[in-house]
Amino acid sequence: MSELVSEFVQSPVFGIGISLVTFYAGVQIYKKTGSPLMNPLVLSMFMIIALLLSFHISFDDYNNGGQFISFFLGPATVILAVPLYRKITLLKENVVPIIAGISIGSAAGIASIIVMCKIFGLDEILSVSMIPKSVTTPIGIEISNQLGGMPSVTVAAIVFTGIAGVLLGPMVCKLFKIEDEVALGVAIGTSSHALGTTKAVEIGETEGAMSGLSIGIAGLVTVFLAPLLAKLLL
Amino acid sequence: MKYIIQFAIILAICYLGDLIHSYLPIPVPGSVLGMVLLLVLLLTGVVKLSMIEDVSNFLLKHLSFFFIPAAVGLITCFTVLEGKWTALFIISVVSTFIIAVVTGATVQLLIKRRQSVE
Repeated sequence: MSELVSEFVQSPVFGIGISLVTFYAGVQIYKKTGSPLMNPLVLSMFMIIALLLSFHISFDDYNNGGQFISFFLGPATVILAVPLYRKITLLKENVVPIIAGISIGSAAGIASIIVMCKIFGLDEILSVSMIPKSVTTPIGIEISNQLGGMPSVTVAAIVFTGIAGVLLGPMVCKLFKIEDEVALGVAIGTSSHALGTTKAVEIGETEGAMSGLSIGIAGLVTVFLAPLLAKLLL
Repeated sequence: MKYIIQFAIILAICYLGDLIHSYLPIPVPGSVLGMVLLLVLLLTGVVKLSMIEDVSNFLLKHLSFFFIPAAVGLITCFTVLEGKWTALFIISVVSTFIIAVVTGATVQLLIKRRQSVE
């Protein structure tokens, strides 16, 4: 019996299966409650982590199936060009505000991260791992490596950031009276990458497109800003 | 069949992005280069929106599903982050707010200022 179970757990069917089932459950809970705190991705993540921990199943076993899902992150990033293409006139009209906003916002973000790392007394390796936490996962990992950080910590911080962006990003923007569709989309995409963009897409097509476009630009800007600010401030 | 061809086109662009990535000296990931490439192809009319639209809409609609394994990967950082979770959490959340507000306010200010000049 136990052999059968461990064989099942190690097959790709397990990883893909529990991802689908927990995500479906998450979507149902989200629909029933309508609360942004009940984000399907976050719910699914908690359910799977709880399941793996309580049954002592390793991440590698889960990832036998999970890697097939992760594969789609590539195509999913590429097709972010589609909403961008649909809104290309909006980008052309606002190219200066958008680029300026993303650059200033990203620089402020990196500076705030470095200052907070010092306040919390984190060592340099952890600090540089935190610096690229607002960009999309593939770019964040590259920057983390480049700065001599730990990519897995960067990924953890990226996920926290994305969740914070999904759950509270729109609320914070409302609080600070950021109501312009373009500004709101750029703010969400720059601060919380593709995960935040899933929220921006829900808010509206313009917001989604602007958020999607900001992922790429924020990533590029951070590639150049991160080493510079790390050297200056750390 | 329509979906298969559409997905094949998207995958080909993905692969081209990775290929360009391996020849570029800056660490811009292949998928981001693929995104830029697809935008250029759409703008120049080499790729028509209808050639990829259905699969794109499907992927966009279910975008967050594809992040599940990456999010579950948090589990592998548990030992490294022992005792540092609070710091990691606070830094992540606070800096996200700072970036959102500074970025959003800058963009909004510049757009409004230009509109008032016009």
